Amino acid sequence: MNKIGLIIGREYFSRVKKKTFVLLTLLGPLLIAGGISLTIWLSIEDAEEQKIVVVDQLSPLFSKLENDKRVTFDYSELTLEEAKASFHDSPYSGILFIPKNIETGSKTAQLYFKKQPSAVVIRNIETKVEGIIEELKLEKYQISREEFYDVKTNYAIQPIKFTESGKEEDIDQGKTVIGFVFGLLIYLFIFLYGVQVMRGVMEEKTSRIVEVIISSVKPFQLMMGKIIGVALVGLTQIVVWIVLTFTIVMAVQMFILPEILGIDTTQIQATEEVLQEMNQGNSAMPQEFDFSDPNSILKRTNWTMMLGLFLFYFLGGYLLYSALFAAVGAAVDNEADSQQFMFPVTAPLILAYVMSTVIIQNPEGPAAFWFSIIPFTSPIVMLVRVAIGVGDGGIPIWEVALSMSLLVVTFIFVVWLAGRIYRTGILMYGKKISYKELWKWIRY
Amino acid sequence: MQPILDIKNVDKLYAKHQALKDVSLQVPKGSIFGLLGPNGAGKTSLIRIINQITGPDAGEVLFNGELLKPKHTERIGYLPEERGLYRKMKVGEQATYLCMLKGLDRKTANQKLKHWFEKFQIVDWWDKKVEDLSKGMQQKVQFIVTVLHEPELIILDEPFSGFDPINTNLIKSEILELRDKGTTVIFSTHNMESVEEICDHIALINKAEKILDGSVKEVKEAYRANIYELNFVGNKMGFTNALWTGAELLDFQNKGETQYAKVKLLGDVKSNDLLRALLPVAEIHSLGEVLPSMNDIFIQKVTEIETDDE
Repeated sequence: MNKIGLIIGREYFSRVKKKTFVLLTLLGPLLIAGGISLTIWLSIEDAEEQKIVVVDQLSPLFSKLENDKRVTFDYSELTLEEAKASFHDSPYSGILFIPKNIETGSKTAQLYFKKQPSAVVIRNIETKVEGIIEELKLEKYQISREEFYDVKTNYAIQPIKFTESGKEEDIDQGKTVIGFVFGLLIYLFIFLYGVQVMRGVMEEKTSRIVEVIISSVKPFQLMMGKIIGVALVGLTQIVVWIVLTFTIVMAVQMFILPEILGIDTTQIQATEEVLQEMNQGNSAMPQEFDFSDPNSILKRTNWTMMLGLFLFYFLGGYLLYSALFAAVGAAVDNEADSQQFMFPVTAPLILAYVMSTVIIQNPEGPAAFWFSIIPFTSPIVMLVRVAIGVGDGGIPIWEVALSMSLLVVTFIFVVWLAGRIYRTGILMYGKKISYKELWKWIRY
Repeated sequence: MQPILDIKNVDKLYAKHQALKDVSLQVPKGSIFGLLGPNGAGKTSLIRIINQITGPDAGEVLFNGELLKPKHTERIGYLPEERGLYRKMKVGEQATYLCMLKGLDRKTANQKLKHWFEKFQIVDWWDKKVEDLSKGMQQKVQFIVTVLHEPELIILDEPFSGFDPINTNLIKSEILELRDKGTTVIFSTHNMESVEEICDHIALINKAEKILDGSVKEVKEAYRANIYELNFVGNKMGFTNALWTGAELLDFQNKGETQYAKVKLLGDVKSNDLLRALLPVAEIHSLGEVLPSMNDIFIQKVTEIETDDE
C-alpha cells in the first residue's frame, strides 16, 4: 500500500523536521551526560578551603588531625559553647566537636557549619576521625596494626544459581538494573510517543482535515500510518541517542579522562570515593560498570539478546498503547476531555513501572512472573527479568515465549478494537462521549 | 446513457437511528446534481457511503456500472462539510500530500498545483503555513485539492457554508467550467435556493428517505401550478371581470402607471386563452409563468406525504 507509506512519511517527516525534535535528539545525550558530570563535579568540587576549629573533650587526643590542601584544622581549648558563641564572627567555616565518649560509640562527632560542605569534605573528615579512634582502640586492646588488618574482614555472600543441567551462574542484581534501564526507556517512550499519537489524532479531528483524508484512504490506514510514523520517529531518536551517548562515552574515556588523571589524581580518587559512597545502599554497583573489568556487568550482559528483546517489547508495547491513545484521541474533541479516558490507559503503564522497581530485587518471584506475562505490563517488567538471562539458569524460555505471544495477540486485538472506536470517533464532533457510547461504537 | 452513480435501495443504520431508508438514486453523467434536504435528513450519510467512508447496511452503489471499490476513491473528489487543513503544514507541501493521497505522483501534483495556484492568484502562499492564511484563502486551497486530480465525480457537501460571496462566485464558475468538460458534480445542501440555478438534476431527501428526484425541468413541470404573473395598464375592475371563470386572482398590486397581478388558471385554460380575454380591457406589458421554487416543491411534497400518512 503506497498510500499508507505516504501517511507514514508525512507523520515521520513533519515531526523529525521540527526544531524541538532535532534539538532534543542531539542535545538529549549531552544533557544527560552533562547533568551526571555536573552532579559529580559539584559534589566533589569545593572552591572554598575549609578551616575547621576542633573542640575536643578528649584533649589532646585529636590534636593529631592532619591538615591537607582541602581542610585545615585548628586545635582549640574552647568549650563547644564558647566556640559556638564566637563562630559567626570567626574566619572558620566549621566546628568539629569530639564528645567525650566517642570511642565507646555512644556519641558521635558533630560538625557545625555555616555553609554545607561537600560530601567529599565530610568524608575526608570522617576518615581522619575514624583513623584516630581506630588507633585509640588498637592501643586499648593491645593489637598491632598488622593484626588489625588481618582481623578486619570484608564479607559478602556470593549467590550462585545451580541449574538443573548442572550449570552454575552468578546471580546479581546489577544485571536486573540494566534490564530496569531498558524497561524504563520503554516506559518513557511509550508515554512520550503514545501521547504524540493521541495529539496527532486530535489535531486531525479538530482541524477537520480527517474527513478529507479518509475519503482517500481507510480510517484504519490513517490510524496505522500515524502509529507507525510516530514509532519510526521514536526509533530514530533512540538510535541517535544510543550512537551519540556511545560516542560521548568513548570520547570521554579516550581523551578527557586520561587528561584529568594526569593532572589531578586526588580528584579522581575523591570521585571514586563519592561514587562508592553513593552506591552503598545499591548493591553490586561500584566496579561493575567499569569498562576495563572483564567481569563487569557490561561485559557479562547478553547485549544482542537484550537489544533484540528491547526492540520487540518496545514495538509490541508501543503498538498496544499507542492504539489505545489513538482511540482516546478520536473519541474526544479537546485535550481537557481526554483526561477521563487517559486514566485507564496510563494506569497499567504506571503500575508496570512501579512493579519493575520492586522486581529488580526479586526477578523470579510470583509478582515478577505474573506482571511479565500480562501484556499490558510485560513490555516493561519482562525486560527487567530477562536481563538475568533466558533459558538455562535464567527465565524459562516458555515464559518468555508465552509473554511474547500474548503480547502479539493482545496488540492485534487492541489495534482492531481501537480501529473500531477510531473510525466512528473521528467523525463525531461536539459530542461528549461516555464509556457507554464507546461500547456502542465497538459493537457497531 | 449509463449513470455515473447508481444507488440501489441503500439502508444505513447508526445504533438505533435510521439515517437512510431504501434510498435509490441515479446521477446522470455530466450533470450538476443537487442533493437537497433539511439538516439531518441523511445527505451526509449518503455522501459518506459514496466516498466509502462508511458502507451501506443494505443495498449497493454502482460507479460507472461497477460495484463501488476502494480504487474508485481516486476518481472522486470530495469537499466535506466539516473541512480543514493541517494548520502547521505549509500550503504547497500539504496540497501536494493531499493530491498524492488521491493517486497522483509528486511531479504531476506539483505541476497541476502550480497551474491552479496561478489561476487563483495564490502562488505567493505556497510556502506559507496554513495557520497564517485567512479563511477565504484556505477555502480556495481546499477547493483546488478537491478537483486537482481531475475526478470524474466531484461531491461538494454544503460547499458555500462559510464561503464569502467572491469565493462562492469563483467556485460556481469553476464548477460550470468543469461540467462543460464532462465532470459530474453533486451538490449537497439544505439551502435549496443557493444551488437551484446551477443544478440540472435534483433529489430531495427528507427523514432518511428520498421523496423526489428528476431533472429540474421535469420536477418543476410536474409541480407547476399554472400560475402566471402579469404587468399591464388597465383598471382592476375590467381586469377582474375579464378573468371571469377561467382564472383566479391571487394577487393584485397597483404600481403607479402599471398594475401587477398574479393569477392561477383553472381547468384547461391556457395562457393564450387568458391573453385573449384580457386584450380588450388591458394593455399587457408582460406575461410569465411562475414556476415553483425548490423550497415550495419540497414543502408541498413533505406536506403531501404527511397527509397521506394520516
